[in-house]
Amino acid sequence: MTPNTGTSSALSPRSALAASFRGGTATAALLLALIFVVIATQNPSFFEGPPLMAFAKKAAPLVILAVGQYLVIVSGEFDLSVGSLVGAQVVIAARLIDGEESMTLPVIALMLVFGLVVGLVNGLVTTLLRVQSIITTLGTMLILFGAVRYWTGGAPTGALSESFRVPGRGGIEDVPFFGQVPWALVIALVVAVAAVLCMRSPFGRALVATGDNDVAAAFSGVRVWRTRTMAFIGSSLLATVAAVLIGGFAGVTAQVGEGLEFTAITAVVLGGVVLGGGRGTVVAAVLGALTVEALFTLFNQLYLPSTIQPSVQGLIIIAAVAYAARRGDLRLPERLRRRPDHPTERTLGSSRR
Amino acid sequence: MTGPPLLRMSGITKSFLGVRVLHGVDLELRPGRLHALVGENGAGKSTLMKVLAGVHRADEGTVELEGSPVSFEHPLQAQRAGVSTVFQEFNLLPERTVAENVFLGREIRRRGWVDGRAMERATAALLSDLDLRGIDPRARVGSLSVAEQQVVEIVKALSHDARIISMDEPTAALADHEVETLYRIIGRLLARGVAVLYVSHRMREIFDLAHTITVLKDGRLVDTVSADAVTPTDLVRKMVGRPVSAVFPEPLTPHGEHVGRVRLSVSGGGNAQLDGIDLQVRGGEILGLGGLQGSGRTEVAHALFGIERFTRGEVFVDGRRIDARSPRQAVRAGLVLVTEDRKAQGLALNQSIAANGRLVLDAVWPFGSARRARRLPEILSSVELVARAGHGQDVRYLSGGNQQKVVLAKWLAAEPGVMVLDEPTRGIDVGAKQAVYRLMRELAAAGVAIVLISSELPELIGMSDRLVVLRDGRVAGELPGGSGEEAVMAMATGSPHGNDPDPAVDDPRTPPGSGDEVVDDAMKGTGASTPPPTPSADPVPPTGDGGEDPSARHEEAAP
Repeated sequence: MTPNTGTSSALSPRSALAASFRGGTATAALLLALIFVVIATQNPSFFEGPPLMAFAKKAAPLVILAVGQYLVIVSGEFDLSVGSLVGAQVVIAARLIDGEESMTLPVIALMLVFGLVVGLVNGLVTTLLRVQSIITTLGTMLILFGAVRYWTGGAPTGALSESFRVPGRGGIEDVPFFGQVPWALVIALVVAVAAVLCMRSPFGRALVATGDNDVAAAFSGVRVWRTRTMAFIGSSLLATVAAVLIGGFAGVTAQVGEGLEFTAITAVVLGGVVLGGGRGTVVAAVLGALTVEALFTLFNQLYLPSTIQPSVQGLIIIAAVAYAARRGDLRLPERLRRRPDHPTERTLGSSRR
Repeated sequence: MTGPPLLRMSGITKSFLGVRVLHGVDLELRPGRLHALVGENGAGKSTLMKVLAGVHRADEGTVELEGSPVSFEHPLQAQRAGVSTVFQEFNLLPERTVAENVFLGREIRRRGWVDGRAMERATAALLSDLDLRGIDPRARVGSLSVAEQQVVEIVKALSHDARIISMDEPTAALADHEVETLYRIIGRLLARGVAVLYVSHRMREIFDLAHTITVLKDGRLVDTVSADAVTPTDLVRKMVGRPVSAVFPEPLTPHGEHVGRVRLSVSGGGNAQLDGIDLQVRGGEILGLGGLQGSGRTEVAHALFGIERFTRGEVFVDGRRIDARSPRQAVRAGLVLVTEDRKAQGLALNQSIAANGRLVLDAVWPFGSARRARRLPEILSSVELVARAGHGQDVRYLSGGNQQKVVLAKWLAAEPGVMVLDEPTRGIDVGAKQAVYRLMRELAAAGVAIVLISSELPELIGMSDRLVVLRDGRVAGELPGGSGEEAVMAMATGSPHGNDPDPAVDDPRTPPGSGDEVVDDAMKGTGASTPPPTPSADPVPPTGDGGEDPSARHEEAAP
């Protein structure tokens, strides 16, 4: 029994790096590299700076959404409402700004508040009312979708201001080699770094522990309801940020945001983040998002119709989860993990009903 | 008691993962007779029952049913052969009706369709056979009381034309008046010539019902005796009379400011399952909390820890009154609980040792966690954790003993003043047990107040300075450290512990079916085991009367 075994290595950067490559991060990185290689063979100029920056600009919203989805999934829940929320936010922005430059900042502030409220509702309904998150957020998704249709009468009205569109379209101009470094890339990087730091904070550790075993977390003093609600709020706020980028990049249409929740979940799962919670890293989720976006880019280059994309997403989700299950990474249900020959103590007269 | 046995099990041996839990056990069941199977927790009673039921296969030994050898590989085979088992956990579908449950998997059909009416008629016939007309075959099982659900289980067993019914602690979940119903049913079963195998911890039931008693200890057959020929005291002695196999470290010299001060004090604590809980634990002291499974030990721990809190009474930690409504509040007050179920309640298995170790700090003191977590490597080495791959290793890859050390380290990081340990050595190897014992001694010496809950009597007695024994959610009495196992068992089972029980109660076994009378004359005298033994104590006190008896602690007046 040697004391201090591995104590020093636990704190060394090497081990931290190794830890960050657990849970499928390495697999996701490998997959991304593979797709990039295929893209390079099809289009050698892809890595010449401007095309790469264009890719980054396009991928940034998905990266941000994936980070938000990661927060919720790692805590053991789902957030299906983000796609509808992005759509709702863009429509709200267009209608309230209506081309008025001075309205930009107040409306963005309002959008953040709206995102916060949606996240709070998702979180509290899931944790305090004990509605499964897949149902809660499915409900929120439909409510937002319908409310926006009703409010706009079917077709979005108004227009975004020029300054609103800067984050999604603009960037730091005239950078050597890259040309324009898009703001979207900068924002996505800031979000990713902030998320990595957050996951290393006490809150992040409590969040992962909650996803891994919420009973043990609660017994350890974690306020499970609060922690999960925070994850939902984080997801909704990041969806709002993504909405600003998507609105700026693609403009206002009735279809904006449609299906994004599934793309985000695909990205997170592809990164090896295990549904059911407790496993996977932010970096893995980001790599997953980049992989999905790279795959779509590759499809464009191969002149495959974009209508096939949902089918591919479906295949990816099933394949990624099957792969994780093969590695034995999926948690068994709680009752199967309990030792069978250990009767739960029960007192006299306490009803089993 | 003559006649050929209906069932004969001989030389039954069974191992799980190389650990032998049954060593050549013999058992004979005769028609119309109730055979009780007794022993401490882990003696092998349930395993033997499961071998009989076809859940487990014996490694060695034979089972003969009416003289011809049988080998049940599946519970269905056993049922078809007329051997039915009523397990402690019911196997009923709560949303289906009584009749549907009774005929589950063997529905009566007419032209290929399930004939609900016929099943209801058949169920009603079975129920009236047992003189139980109060249960409607069309009632939803979930709407029945626990006792009625048990009746449904028994009727289900009977519907297989069972000739042998085994019951695993059938009264564990029943209230007093419900136990009487069970007695009546058992009486009817015996009268019909069914052989009953009955597992129970409760002396009273055993002596009320049994014709023959088999005692198991550590997987071996100790004795099979006629119930007339044995006293409760003898029986308890047979159950526990083993040499103390583990050696416990000696207490260390206490130091520190908290030694001797009352750190945890509970007065009159009660909730839905507990009543009249009084405890005082001083710094430097290890208080053992004894009792059978279901006696309320874990419930006390959960109440202290704010999971199922006390609704009555007061709890003080270090002189401050606390009313923990969540584990977080309890931890903040300086009270921690090492839960009994390590995997389900103690650890996030997919996280690293380091992450689990600082989880309490992260959760309860998020702003000081980094500073407090600096002590973690030191704590992990003080619990003698062996992790070859470093503290970044996921805890699921650790052995049970090392996992338990991570749990202990997690709680030690919170620097508790009061530590409740619920089965801290369950399922861990001897070396790890010794490490846990040493740690407990060190903590006690440093002034921590420790409450130890354990089903292993030698451990409980060997480690505790004082013992409080619970029974049916109440304090049954207090014993000094180093008391005999028999005294603890006697107090826990509510059987008398004395030299010479009143001869009148040497045959309290009444004809099955008339257990009602015994209930009345056995309403008092549960404190018989408080030394010195009082000869006037009722020798067969009730075990199931906790619900009605207002005085939880029977401090019997000295004669």
